[in-house]
Amino acid sequence: MAATLVLKGVDKTFHSRRTSVHALDNVDLTLEDGEFVSVVGASGCGKSTLLRIVAGLEAASGGELTLDGAPLTGPGRDRGMVFQQYTLYPWLCAQDNVEFGLRHLPRAQRCEVARRFLDVVGLLDFAGSYPFQLSGGMQQRVAIARALALRPSILLMDEPFGALDAQTRSLMQELLLSIWERDRLSVLFVTHDIDEAIFLADRICVLSAKPGRVREIIDVHLPRPRQFAQQVEREFLELKQYVRSLIHDEAARNTGFSGVLQ
Amino acid sequence: MSLGTRDDRGALAATAGAPRVPHLRRRRLQLYEPVQKRTYWSLAVVSLCAVFGFWALLSYTGAVQNLFLPTPTQVWQAAVTENNTGILWPDVGASVLRIVLGFVISSVVAIPVGMLMGSYKVFEAALEPPIDFMRYTPAVAFIPLTLIWFGTSTTQKLVILFIAIFFQEVLLIMDNVKNVPMPFVDMAYTLGLSPAQVVRRVIFRAALPGIVDTLRISMGWGWTYLVVVELVGATDGLGFQIQQAQRYLDTPEIILGIIIIGVLGLIFDFSFKGVYARAFPYMSRRR
Repeated sequence: MAATLVLKGVDKTFHSRRTSVHALDNVDLTLEDGEFVSVVGASGCGKSTLLRIVAGLEAASGGELTLDGAPLTGPGRDRGMVFQQYTLYPWLCAQDNVEFGLRHLPRAQRCEVARRFLDVVGLLDFAGSYPFQLSGGMQQRVAIARALALRPSILLMDEPFGALDAQTRSLMQELLLSIWERDRLSVLFVTHDIDEAIFLADRICVLSAKPGRVREIIDVHLPRPRQFAQQVEREFLELKQYVRSLIHDEAARNTGFSGVLQ
Repeated sequence: MSLGTRDDRGALAATAGAPRVPHLRRRRLQLYEPVQKRTYWSLAVVSLCAVFGFWALLSYTGAVQNLFLPTPTQVWQAAVTENNTGILWPDVGASVLRIVLGFVISSVVAIPVGMLMGSYKVFEAALEPPIDFMRYTPAVAFIPLTLIWFGTSTTQKLVILFIAIFFQEVLLIMDNVKNVPMPFVDMAYTLGLSPAQVVRRVIFRAALPGIVDTLRISMGWGWTYLVVVELVGATDGLGFQIQQAQRYLDTPEIILGIIIIGVLGLIFDFSFKGVYARAFPYMSRRR
Protein backbone atom coordinates (compact mmCIF):
# COMPACT_ATOMS: atom_id res chain seq x y z
CA MET A 1 0.00 0.00 0.00
CA ALA A 2 2.53 2.55 1.12
CA ALA A 3 5.34 3.75 -1.09
CA THR A 4 8.67 5.50 -1.14
CA LEU A 5 8.71 9.06 -2.35
CA VAL A 6 12.03 10.50 -3.47
CA LEU A 7 12.63 14.18 -4.21
CA LYS A 8 15.99 15.00 -5.76
CA GLY A 9 17.15 18.55 -6.32
CA VAL A 10 13.61 19.87 -6.67
CA ASP A 11 13.61 23.47 -7.78
CA LYS A 12 10.77 25.89 -8.36
CA THR A 13 10.81 29.41 -9.72
CA PHE A 14 7.61 31.35 -10.32
CA HIS A 15 7.81 33.78 -13.19
CA SER A 16 5.54 36.74 -13.53
CA ARG A 17 5.80 39.56 -16.03
CA ARG A 18 8.28 41.65 -14.10
CA THR A 19 9.79 39.45 -11.45
CA SER A 20 10.57 35.88 -10.74
CA VAL A 21 10.42 34.30 -7.33
CA HIS A 22 12.70 31.48 -6.41
CA ALA A 23 10.41 29.43 -4.19
CA LEU A 24 12.27 26.15 -3.78
CA ASP A 25 15.97 25.53 -4.12
CA ASN A 26 17.46 22.10 -4.54
CA VAL A 27 15.16 20.24 -2.17
CA ASP A 28 16.20 16.67 -1.39
CA LEU A 29 13.78 14.60 0.65
CA THR A 30 13.06 10.93 0.88
CA LEU A 31 9.88 9.59 2.39
CA GLU A 32 10.34 5.94 3.29
CA ASP A 33 7.60 3.41 2.93
CA GLY A 34 5.04 4.05 5.66
CA GLU A 35 6.84 7.03 7.10
CA PHE A 36 5.20 10.14 8.50
CA VAL A 37 7.10 13.32 7.61
CA SER A 38 6.06 16.83 8.62
CA VAL A 39 7.25 19.86 6.70
CA VAL A 40 7.49 23.07 8.70
CA GLY A 41 8.88 26.49 7.97
CA ALA A 42 8.23 30.20 8.18
CA SER A 43 5.33 31.46 6.11
CA GLY A 44 6.30 31.85 2.49
CA CYS A 45 9.02 29.22 2.67
CA GLY A 46 7.41 27.24 -0.11
CA LYS A 47 6.17 24.31 1.96
CA SER A 48 2.77 24.34 0.30
CA THR A 49 4.42 24.69 -3.09
CA LEU A 50 6.48 21.63 -2.33
CA LEU A 51 3.34 19.66 -1.54
CA ARG A 52 1.58 20.93 -4.65
CA ILE A 53 4.54 19.78 -6.74
CA VAL A 54 4.36 16.31 -5.20
CA ALA A 55 0.59 16.31 -5.83
CA GLY A 56 1.27 17.15 -9.46
CA LEU A 57 -0.69 20.39 -9.32
CA GLU A 58 2.42 22.42 -9.97
CA ALA A 59 5.35 21.48 -12.20
CA ALA A 60 8.84 21.61 -10.74
CA SER A 61 11.27 23.89 -12.55
CA GLY A 62 14.02 21.37 -12.02
CA GLY A 63 14.88 18.16 -10.24
CA GLU A 64 13.33 14.74 -10.05
CA LEU A 65 10.38 13.26 -8.22
CA THR A 66 9.76 9.56 -8.09
CA LEU A 67 7.19 7.42 -6.34
CA ASP A 68 8.43 3.85 -5.97
CA GLY A 69 10.91 4.56 -8.73
CA ALA A 70 8.36 5.87 -11.23
CA PRO A 71 8.66 9.55 -12.15
CA LEU A 72 5.77 11.79 -11.11
CA THR A 73 4.44 13.90 -13.95
CA GLY A 74 0.91 14.97 -13.08
CA PRO A 75 -1.80 14.52 -10.49
CA GLY A 76 -3.06 11.03 -9.82
CA ARG A 77 -5.09 8.84 -7.52
CA ASP A 78 -1.91 7.29 -6.09
CA ARG A 79 -1.52 10.46 -4.00
CA GLY A 80 -4.48 11.44 -1.82
CA MET A 81 -4.63 15.11 -0.97
CA VAL A 82 -6.33 16.95 1.89
CA PHE A 83 -6.53 20.75 1.67
CA GLN A 84 -7.13 23.30 4.38
CA GLN A 85 -10.14 25.03 2.90
CA TYR A 86 -12.92 24.41 0.39
CA THR A 87 -12.20 20.78 0.99
CA LEU A 88 -15.60 19.36 0.12
CA TYR A 89 -17.95 20.01 -2.78
CA PRO A 90 -20.89 21.82 -1.17
CA TRP A 91 -23.43 20.41 -3.61
CA LEU A 92 -22.65 16.81 -2.70
CA CYS A 93 -23.48 14.97 0.51
CA ALA A 94 -20.67 13.35 2.50
CA GLN A 95 -21.17 10.00 0.81
CA ASP A 96 -21.13 11.50 -2.70
CA ASN A 97 -18.09 13.58 -1.84
CA VAL A 98 -16.20 10.43 -0.93
CA GLU A 99 -17.49 8.63 -4.02
CA PHE A 100 -16.45 11.52 -6.24
CA GLY A 101 -12.94 10.19 -6.72
CA LEU A 102 -14.12 6.62 -7.25
CA ARG A 103 -15.66 6.95 -10.68
CA HIS A 104 -13.42 4.20 -11.98
CA LEU A 105 -15.16 1.66 -9.76
CA PRO A 106 -18.55 0.05 -10.43
CA ARG A 107 -21.40 1.80 -8.63
CA ALA A 108 -22.04 -0.79 -5.95
CA GLN A 109 -18.40 -1.00 -5.02
CA ARG A 110 -18.11 2.78 -4.96
CA CYS A 111 -20.87 2.98 -2.41
CA GLU A 112 -19.38 0.24 -0.28
CA VAL A 113 -15.88 1.77 -0.29
CA ALA A 114 -17.26 5.20 0.59
CA ARG A 115 -19.21 3.79 3.50
CA ARG A 116 -16.21 1.89 4.75
CA PHE A 117 -14.05 5.00 4.91
CA LEU A 118 -16.77 7.18 6.36
CA ASP A 119 -16.86 4.56 9.08
CA VAL A 120 -13.09 4.83 9.54
CA VAL A 121 -13.45 8.54 10.35
CA GLY A 122 -16.55 7.85 12.44
CA LEU A 123 -19.05 9.61 10.21
CA LEU A 124 -21.13 6.78 8.82
CA ASP A 125 -24.21 8.29 10.44
CA PHE A 126 -23.63 11.50 8.52
CA ALA A 127 -23.26 9.91 5.08
CA GLY A 128 -26.31 11.79 3.80
CA SER A 129 -25.40 15.15 5.35
CA TYR A 130 -24.24 18.06 3.24
CA PRO A 131 -21.05 19.95 4.10
CA PHE A 132 -22.97 23.02 5.33
CA GLN A 133 -24.67 20.77 7.87
CA LEU A 134 -21.32 19.54 9.21
CA SER A 135 -18.84 21.27 11.51
CA GLY A 136 -15.41 22.22 10.23
CA GLY A 137 -13.83 19.21 11.90
CA MET A 138 -16.41 16.84 10.46
CA GLN A 139 -15.85 18.28 7.01
CA GLN A 140 -12.13 17.60 7.32
CA ARG A 141 -12.87 14.06 8.44
CA VAL A 142 -14.94 13.52 5.29
CA ALA A 143 -12.05 14.98 3.28
CA ILE A 144 -9.69 12.50 4.90
CA ALA A 145 -12.11 9.66 4.18
CA ARG A 146 -12.24 10.74 0.56
CA ALA A 147 -8.45 10.79 0.26
CA LEU A 148 -8.18 7.39 1.94
CA ALA A 149 -10.91 5.89 -0.25
CA LEU A 150 -8.66 6.34 -3.27
CA ARG A 151 -6.38 3.77 -1.59
CA PRO A 152 -3.41 6.04 -2.23
CA SER A 153 0.13 4.96 -1.56
CA ILE A 154 0.83 8.33 0.02
CA LEU A 155 -1.27 10.93 1.78
CA LEU A 156 -0.49 14.62 1.16
CA MET A 157 -1.88 17.04 3.70
CA ASP A 158 -1.64 20.81 3.35
CA GLU A 159 -2.33 22.34 6.78
CA PRO A 160 -5.45 20.23 6.97
CA PHE A 161 -6.30 21.24 10.54
CA GLY A 162 -5.17 24.86 10.21
CA ALA A 163 -8.69 26.28 10.20
CA LEU A 164 -9.94 24.27 13.17
CA ASP A 165 -10.13 25.30 16.81
CA ALA A 166 -7.48 23.97 19.20
CA GLN A 167 -9.60 21.19 20.74
CA THR A 168 -10.90 19.86 17.44
CA ARG A 169 -7.43 20.11 15.98
CA SER A 170 -5.96 17.99 18.71
CA LEU A 171 -8.68 15.34 18.31
CA MET A 172 -8.10 15.31 14.57
CA GLN A 173 -4.41 14.70 15.13
CA GLU A 174 -5.16 11.70 17.29
CA LEU A 175 -7.66 10.40 14.74
CA LEU A 176 -5.11 10.77 11.95
CA LEU A 177 -2.47 8.96 14.00
CA SER A 178 -4.80 6.09 14.80
CA ILE A 179 -5.59 5.68 11.09
CA TRP A 180 -1.91 5.86 10.26
CA GLU A 181 -0.94 3.35 12.93
CA ARG A 182 -3.36 0.90 11.38
CA ASP A 183 -2.75 1.45 7.66
CA ARG A 184 0.90 2.58 7.75
CA LEU A 185 0.50 4.92 4.82
CA SER A 186 3.30 7.27 3.88
CA VAL A 187 2.22 10.76 4.93
CA LEU A 188 3.67 14.11 3.90
CA PHE A 189 2.17 16.68 6.23
CA VAL A 190 2.64 20.43 5.80
CA THR A 191 1.92 22.64 8.80
CA HIS A 192 3.08 25.80 10.49
CA ASP A 193 2.15 24.40 13.90
CA ILE A 194 5.32 23.02 15.47
CA ASP A 195 3.53 21.01 18.17
CA GLU A 196 1.48 19.35 15.48
CA ALA A 197 4.55 18.62 13.37
CA ILE A 198 6.39 16.96 16.27
CA PHE A 199 3.41 15.11 17.69
CA LEU A 200 2.59 13.44 14.39
CA ALA A 201 5.85 12.83 12.61
CA ASP A 202 8.73 10.38 12.43
CA ARG A 203 10.84 13.12 10.93
CA ILE A 204 10.47 16.85 10.59
CA CYS A 205 11.74 18.65 7.53
CA VAL A 206 12.47 22.28 8.40
CA LEU A 207 12.53 24.58 5.39
CA SER A 208 14.32 27.90 5.32
CA ALA A 209 12.66 30.69 3.41
CA LYS A 210 13.33 32.60 0.21
CA PRO A 211 14.29 30.41 -1.46
CA GLY A 212 12.95 27.36 0.34
CA ARG A 213 15.83 25.06 1.20
CA VAL A 214 15.98 22.08 3.50
CA ARG A 215 17.45 23.65 6.61
CA GLU A 216 17.48 20.50 8.64
CA ILE A 217 15.77 17.16 8.86
CA ILE A 218 15.12 16.16 12.46
CA ASP A 219 14.32 12.69 13.71
CA VAL A 220 11.55 12.48 16.26
CA HIS A 221 12.26 9.65 18.67
CA LEU A 222 9.14 9.95 20.79
CA PRO A 223 7.70 6.47 21.38
CA ARG A 224 4.65 5.33 19.47
CA PRO A 225 1.74 5.05 19.66
CA ARG A 226 1.81 8.70 20.61
CA GLN A 227 -0.30 10.00 23.45
CA PHE A 228 -1.69 13.47 23.89
CA ALA A 229 0.13 13.73 27.23
CA GLN A 230 3.51 13.39 25.56
CA GLN A 231 3.22 16.99 24.44
CA VAL A 232 4.30 18.22 27.88
CA GLU A 233 7.21 15.84 28.29
CA ARG A 234 10.72 17.15 28.43
CA GLU A 235 11.91 15.58 25.19
CA PHE A 236 8.97 16.99 23.29
CA LEU A 237 9.48 20.46 24.70
CA GLU A 238 13.19 20.48 23.95
CA LEU A 239 12.54 19.45 20.40
CA LYS A 240 9.88 22.10 20.10
CA GLN A 241 12.25 24.75 21.42
CA TYR A 242 14.86 23.69 18.91
CA VAL A 243 12.53 23.75 15.89
CA ARG A 244 11.08 27.04 17.03
CA SER A 245 14.45 28.69 17.16
CA LEU A 246 15.29 27.40 13.69
CA ILE A 247 12.14 28.85 12.22
CA HIS A 248 12.08 32.01 14.27
CA ASP A 249 15.40 33.31 13.02
CA GLU A 250 14.29 32.59 9.47
CA ALA A 251 10.98 34.34 9.87
CA ALA A 252 12.53 37.42 11.43
CA ARG A 253 15.17 37.64 8.75
CA ASN A 254 12.77 37.28 5.86
CA THR A 255 9.83 39.40 6.84
CA GLY A 256 11.65 42.58 7.81
CA PHE A 257 11.04 42.03 11.50
CA SER A 258 14.71 41.80 12.44
CA GLY A 259 15.23 45.52 11.96
CA VAL A 260 12.38 46.38 14.29
CA LEU A 261 12.82 43.73 16.94
CA GLN A 262 16.18 44.40 18.49
CA MET B 1 -10.85 57.37 30.16
CA SER B 2 -11.84 54.36 28.22
CA LEU B 3 -10.03 52.20 30.72
CA GLY B 4 -12.04 53.73 33.57
CA THR B 5 -15.29 53.15 31.81
CA ARG B 6 -14.45 49.54 31.15
CA ASP B 7 -13.66 49.01 34.80
CA ASP B 8 -16.88 50.67 35.86
CA ARG B 9 -18.89 48.52 33.56
CA GLY B 10 -17.21 45.39 34.81
CA ALA B 11 -17.89 46.38 38.39
CA LEU B 12 -21.49 47.21 37.59
CA ALA B 13 -22.08 43.88 35.89
CA ALA B 14 -20.45 42.04 38.77
CA THR B 15 -22.40 43.80 41.51
CA ALA B 16 -25.76 43.82 39.79
CA GLY B 17 -25.35 40.17 38.86
CA ALA B 18 -26.70 41.01 35.41
CA PRO B 19 -24.40 39.86 32.63
CA ARG B 20 -25.96 42.33 30.21
CA VAL B 21 -23.67 44.95 28.83
CA PRO B 22 -25.73 47.94 27.80
CA HIS B 23 -23.70 48.46 24.63
CA LEU B 24 -24.42 44.96 23.43
CA ARG B 25 -28.18 45.04 23.82
CA ARG B 26 -30.14 43.68 20.92
CA ARG B 27 -30.70 46.21 18.22
CA ARG B 28 -33.67 46.28 15.95
CA LEU B 29 -31.63 46.53 12.77
CA GLN B 30 -28.73 44.13 12.66
CA LEU B 31 -26.47 43.87 9.65
CA TYR B 32 -27.32 40.77 7.58
CA GLU B 33 -29.64 39.57 10.32
CA PRO B 34 -32.20 37.24 8.72
CA VAL B 35 -35.86 38.13 9.25
CA GLN B 36 -38.73 35.76 9.83
CA LYS B 37 -40.76 34.69 6.83
CA ARG B 38 -43.84 36.38 8.26
CA THR B 39 -41.99 39.65 8.77
CA TYR B 40 -40.64 39.45 5.23
CA TRP B 41 -44.04 38.95 3.67
CA SER B 42 -45.85 41.49 5.77
CA LEU B 43 -43.23 44.11 4.94
CA ALA B 44 -43.57 43.26 1.25
CA VAL B 45 -47.36 43.58 1.41
CA VAL B 46 -47.15 46.84 3.36
CA SER B 47 -44.81 48.43 0.82
CA LEU B 48 -46.95 47.31 -2.11
CA CYS B 49 -50.06 48.65 -0.36
CA ALA B 50 -48.28 51.95 0.23
CA VAL B 51 -47.63 52.36 -3.49
CA PHE B 52 -51.20 51.41 -4.27
CA GLY B 53 -52.51 53.76 -1.59
CA PHE B 54 -50.47 56.66 -2.94
CA TRP B 55 -51.87 56.03 -6.39
CA ALA B 56 -55.42 55.80 -5.04
CA LEU B 57 -54.98 58.99 -3.05
CA LEU B 58 -53.72 60.98 -6.03
CA SER B 59 -56.36 59.69 -8.42
CA TYR B 60 -59.57 59.41 -6.35
CA THR B 61 -59.15 62.85 -4.78
CA GLY B 62 -58.68 64.39 -8.19
CA ALA B 63 -55.30 65.76 -7.20
CA VAL B 64 -54.17 64.54 -10.60
CA GLN B 65 -56.64 64.57 -13.49
CA ASN B 66 -57.98 61.15 -14.38
CA LEU B 67 -56.91 61.60 -17.98
CA PHE B 68 -53.31 61.59 -16.78
CA LEU B 69 -53.66 59.22 -13.85
CA PRO B 70 -56.74 57.00 -13.93
CA THR B 71 -58.23 55.59 -10.73
CA PRO B 72 -57.72 51.94 -9.76
CA THR B 73 -61.41 51.42 -10.52
CA GLN B 74 -60.95 52.63 -14.09
CA VAL B 75 -57.97 50.35 -14.57
CA TRP B 76 -59.93 47.42 -13.18
CA GLN B 77 -62.78 48.23 -15.58
CA ALA B 78 -60.29 48.31 -18.46
CA ALA B 79 -59.08 44.88 -17.43
CA VAL B 80 -62.62 43.51 -17.29
CA THR B 81 -63.51 44.98 -20.70
CA GLU B 82 -60.34 43.67 -22.33
CA ASN B 83 -60.87 40.28 -20.80
CA ASN B 84 -64.47 40.16 -22.05
CA THR B 85 -63.64 41.30 -25.57
CA GLY B 86 -60.85 38.74 -25.60
CA ILE B 87 -57.96 41.02 -26.54
CA LEU B 88 -56.08 40.87 -23.21
CA TRP B 89 -54.79 37.33 -23.08
CA PRO B 90 -53.55 36.99 -26.66
CA ASP B 91 -51.34 40.05 -26.07
CA VAL B 92 -50.07 38.65 -22.78
CA GLY B 93 -49.45 35.30 -24.45
CA ALA B 94 -47.57 36.86 -27.36
CA SER B 95 -45.26 38.79 -25.02
CA VAL B 96 -44.63 35.84 -22.71
CA LEU B 97 -43.86 33.57 -25.65
CA ARG B 98 -41.36 36.10 -27.04
CA ILE B 99 -39.62 36.70 -23.76
CA VAL B 100 -39.35 33.01 -22.97
CA LEU B 101 -38.07 32.15 -26.46
CA GLY B 102 -35.64 35.08 -26.54
CA PHE B 103 -34.39 34.27 -23.07
CA VAL B 104 -34.00 30.55 -23.72
CA ILE B 105 -32.17 31.05 -27.05
CA SER B 106 -29.79 33.61 -25.50
CA SER B 107 -29.10 31.47 -22.45
CA VAL B 108 -28.59 28.26 -24.38
CA VAL B 109 -25.80 30.00 -26.28
CA ALA B 110 -24.50 32.11 -23.39
CA ILE B 111 -23.99 29.28 -20.90
CA PRO B 112 -21.54 27.16 -22.94
CA VAL B 113 -19.78 30.21 -24.39
CA GLY B 114 -19.48 31.82 -20.95
CA MET B 115 -18.23 28.52 -19.53
CA LEU B 116 -15.49 28.33 -22.15
CA MET B 117 -14.52 31.98 -21.70
CA GLY B 118 -14.34 31.60 -17.95
CA SER B 119 -12.39 28.35 -18.03
CA TYR B 120 -9.96 28.94 -20.89
CA LYS B 121 -8.08 32.20 -21.32
CA VAL B 122 -7.79 31.73 -25.08
CA PHE B 123 -11.56 31.88 -25.49
CA GLU B 124 -11.71 34.92 -23.25
CA ALA B 125 -9.03 36.66 -25.31
CA ALA B 126 -10.72 35.82 -28.59
CA LEU B 127 -14.31 36.60 -27.62
CA GLU B 128 -14.33 39.30 -25.00
CA PRO B 129 -13.49 42.29 -27.25
CA PRO B 130 -16.26 41.69 -29.82
CA ILE B 131 -18.73 40.84 -27.07
CA ASP B 132 -17.82 43.97 -25.15
CA PHE B 133 -18.29 46.00 -28.32
CA MET B 134 -21.76 44.60 -28.81
CA ARG B 135 -22.57 45.04 -25.16
CA TYR B 136 -21.95 48.76 -25.31
CA THR B 137 -23.96 49.20 -28.49
CA PRO B 138 -27.53 49.85 -27.35
CA ALA B 139 -29.75 47.01 -28.49
CA VAL B 140 -32.46 49.50 -29.44
CA ALA B 141 -30.11 50.93 -32.07
CA PHE B 142 -30.58 47.68 -33.95
CA ILE B 143 -34.37 48.00 -34.15
CA PRO B 144 -34.47 49.96 -37.43
CA LEU B 145 -31.97 47.62 -39.05
CA THR B 146 -33.75 44.47 -37.89
CA LEU B 147 -37.07 45.89 -39.09
CA ILE B 148 -35.57 46.23 -42.56
CA TRP B 149 -34.13 42.72 -42.37
CA PHE B 150 -36.99 40.83 -40.78
CA GLY B 151 -40.04 43.13 -40.84
CA THR B 152 -42.24 43.08 -37.74
CA SER B 153 -41.97 39.30 -37.48
CA THR B 154 -41.30 37.31 -34.34
CA THR B 155 -37.80 36.71 -35.67
CA GLN B 156 -37.12 40.43 -35.47
CA LYS B 157 -38.23 40.50 -31.82
CA LEU B 158 -36.07 37.53 -30.99
CA VAL B 159 -33.03 39.04 -32.69
CA ILE B 160 -33.37 42.21 -30.61
CA LEU B 161 -33.90 40.19 -27.44
CA PHE B 162 -30.83 38.14 -28.25
CA ILE B 163 -28.71 41.25 -28.76
CA ALA B 164 -30.08 42.75 -25.56
CA ILE B 165 -29.69 39.67 -23.37
CA PHE B 166 -26.86 37.52 -24.71
CA PHE B 167 -23.95 39.94 -24.63
CA GLN B 168 -24.59 40.94 -21.03
CA GLU B 169 -25.39 37.44 -19.92
CA VAL B 170 -22.32 35.78 -21.39
CA LEU B 171 -19.89 38.09 -19.59
CA LEU B 172 -21.66 37.61 -16.27
CA ILE B 173 -21.53 33.84 -16.74
CA MET B 174 -17.83 34.10 -17.52
CA ASP B 175 -17.41 35.88 -14.18
CA ASN B 176 -19.50 33.27 -12.38
CA VAL B 177 -17.12 30.66 -13.72
CA LYS B 178 -14.02 32.63 -12.81
CA ASN B 179 -15.25 32.93 -9.23
CA VAL B 180 -15.17 29.18 -8.68
CA PRO B 181 -12.65 28.61 -5.86
CA MET B 182 -9.41 27.21 -7.24
CA PRO B 183 -9.16 24.48 -4.55
CA PHE B 184 -12.29 22.86 -6.04
CA VAL B 185 -10.37 22.45 -9.29
CA ASP B 186 -7.13 21.30 -7.66
CA MET B 187 -9.03 18.78 -5.61
CA ALA B 188 -10.73 17.37 -8.70
CA TYR B 189 -7.33 16.84 -10.34
CA THR B 190 -6.02 14.99 -7.31
CA LEU B 191 -9.15 12.83 -7.44
CA GLY B 192 -8.16 11.75 -10.92
CA LEU B 193 -10.48 13.83 -13.12
CA SER B 194 -9.44 14.94 -16.60
CA PRO B 195 -9.62 18.66 -17.52
CA ALA B 196 -12.81 18.08 -19.52
CA GLN B 197 -14.38 16.29 -16.56
CA VAL B 198 -13.29 19.10 -14.26
CA VAL B 199 -15.07 21.66 -16.46
CA ARG B 200 -18.25 19.62 -16.60
CA ARG B 201 -18.46 18.09 -13.17
CA VAL B 202 -16.79 20.69 -10.96
CA ILE B 203 -16.56 24.12 -12.56
CA PHE B 204 -20.05 24.05 -14.04
CA ARG B 205 -21.56 22.65 -10.88
CA ALA B 206 -19.75 25.13 -8.66
CA ALA B 207 -20.70 28.07 -10.88
CA LEU B 208 -24.33 26.98 -11.25
CA PRO B 209 -25.82 29.01 -8.38
CA GLY B 210 -24.19 32.14 -9.80
CA ILE B 211 -25.37 31.24 -13.29
CA VAL B 212 -28.98 30.83 -12.13
CA ASP B 213 -28.77 34.28 -10.55
CA THR B 214 -27.39 35.65 -13.81
CA LEU B 215 -30.31 34.10 -15.70
CA ARG B 216 -32.75 35.75 -13.31
CA ILE B 217 -31.19 39.16 -13.86
CA SER B 218 -31.00 38.63 -17.63
CA MET B 219 -34.70 37.87 -17.72
CA GLY B 220 -35.30 41.28 -16.16
CA TRP B 221 -33.40 43.07 -18.93
CA GLY B 222 -35.30 40.99 -21.43
CA TRP B 223 -38.61 42.52 -20.32
CA THR B 224 -37.38 46.07 -20.83
CA TYR B 225 -36.23 45.39 -24.36
CA LEU B 226 -39.27 43.31 -25.24
CA VAL B 227 -41.59 46.19 -24.44
CA VAL B 228 -39.40 48.64 -26.34
CA VAL B 229 -39.36 46.44 -29.40
CA GLU B 230 -43.13 45.92 -29.20
CA LEU B 231 -43.73 49.65 -28.86
CA VAL B 232 -41.81 50.37 -32.03
CA GLY B 233 -42.97 47.78 -34.49
CA ALA B 234 -45.41 45.05 -33.55
CA THR B 235 -48.92 43.88 -34.28
CA ASP B 236 -49.57 42.31 -30.89
CA GLY B 237 -48.07 42.00 -27.42
CA LEU B 238 -48.23 44.10 -24.27
CA GLY B 239 -45.98 46.81 -25.68
CA PHE B 240 -48.23 47.03 -28.74
CA GLN B 241 -51.27 47.26 -26.49
CA ILE B 242 -49.72 50.14 -24.55
CA GLN B 243 -48.75 51.91 -27.73
CA GLN B 244 -52.28 51.56 -29.16
CA ALA B 245 -53.79 52.83 -25.94
CA GLN B 246 -51.58 55.90 -26.09
CA ARG B 247 -52.95 56.69 -29.53
CA TYR B 248 -56.48 56.92 -28.07
CA LEU B 249 -55.37 58.59 -24.81
CA ASP B 250 -56.66 55.46 -23.06
CA THR B 251 -54.58 55.85 -19.90
CA PRO B 252 -56.34 53.11 -17.91
CA GLU B 253 -55.21 50.61 -20.52
CA ILE B 254 -51.65 51.94 -20.42
CA ILE B 255 -51.54 51.54 -16.66
CA LEU B 256 -53.10 48.07 -17.02
CA GLY B 257 -50.33 47.06 -19.43
CA ILE B 258 -47.65 48.35 -17.07
CA ILE B 259 -49.16 46.51 -14.11
CA ILE B 260 -49.37 43.25 -16.05
CA ILE B 261 -45.72 43.53 -17.06
CA GLY B 262 -44.74 44.23 -13.46
CA VAL B 263 -46.73 41.28 -12.16
CA LEU B 264 -45.30 38.93 -14.81
CA GLY B 265 -41.80 40.14 -13.93
CA LEU B 266 -42.47 39.48 -10.27
CA ILE B 267 -43.75 35.97 -11.04
CA PHE B 268 -40.69 35.10 -13.13
CA ASP B 269 -38.34 36.54 -10.53
CA PHE B 270 -39.94 34.63 -7.69
CA SER B 271 -39.90 31.42 -9.73
CA PHE B 272 -36.18 31.83 -10.23
CA LYS B 273 -35.65 32.52 -6.53
CA GLY B 274 -37.74 29.48 -5.67
CA VAL B 275 -35.69 27.26 -7.95
CA TYR B 276 -32.51 28.72 -6.49
CA ALA B 277 -33.51 28.13 -2.89
CA ARG B 278 -34.59 24.59 -3.63
CA ALA B 279 -31.64 23.60 -5.80
CA PHE B 280 -28.90 25.25 -3.76
CA PRO B 281 -29.82 25.01 -0.08
CA TYR B 282 -26.14 25.24 0.79
CA MET B 283 -25.92 28.77 -0.59
CA SER B 284 -28.23 30.31 1.99
CA ARG B 285 -25.65 29.86 4.73
CA ARG B 286 -23.40 32.89 4.96
CA ARG B 287 -19.82 31.78 5.37
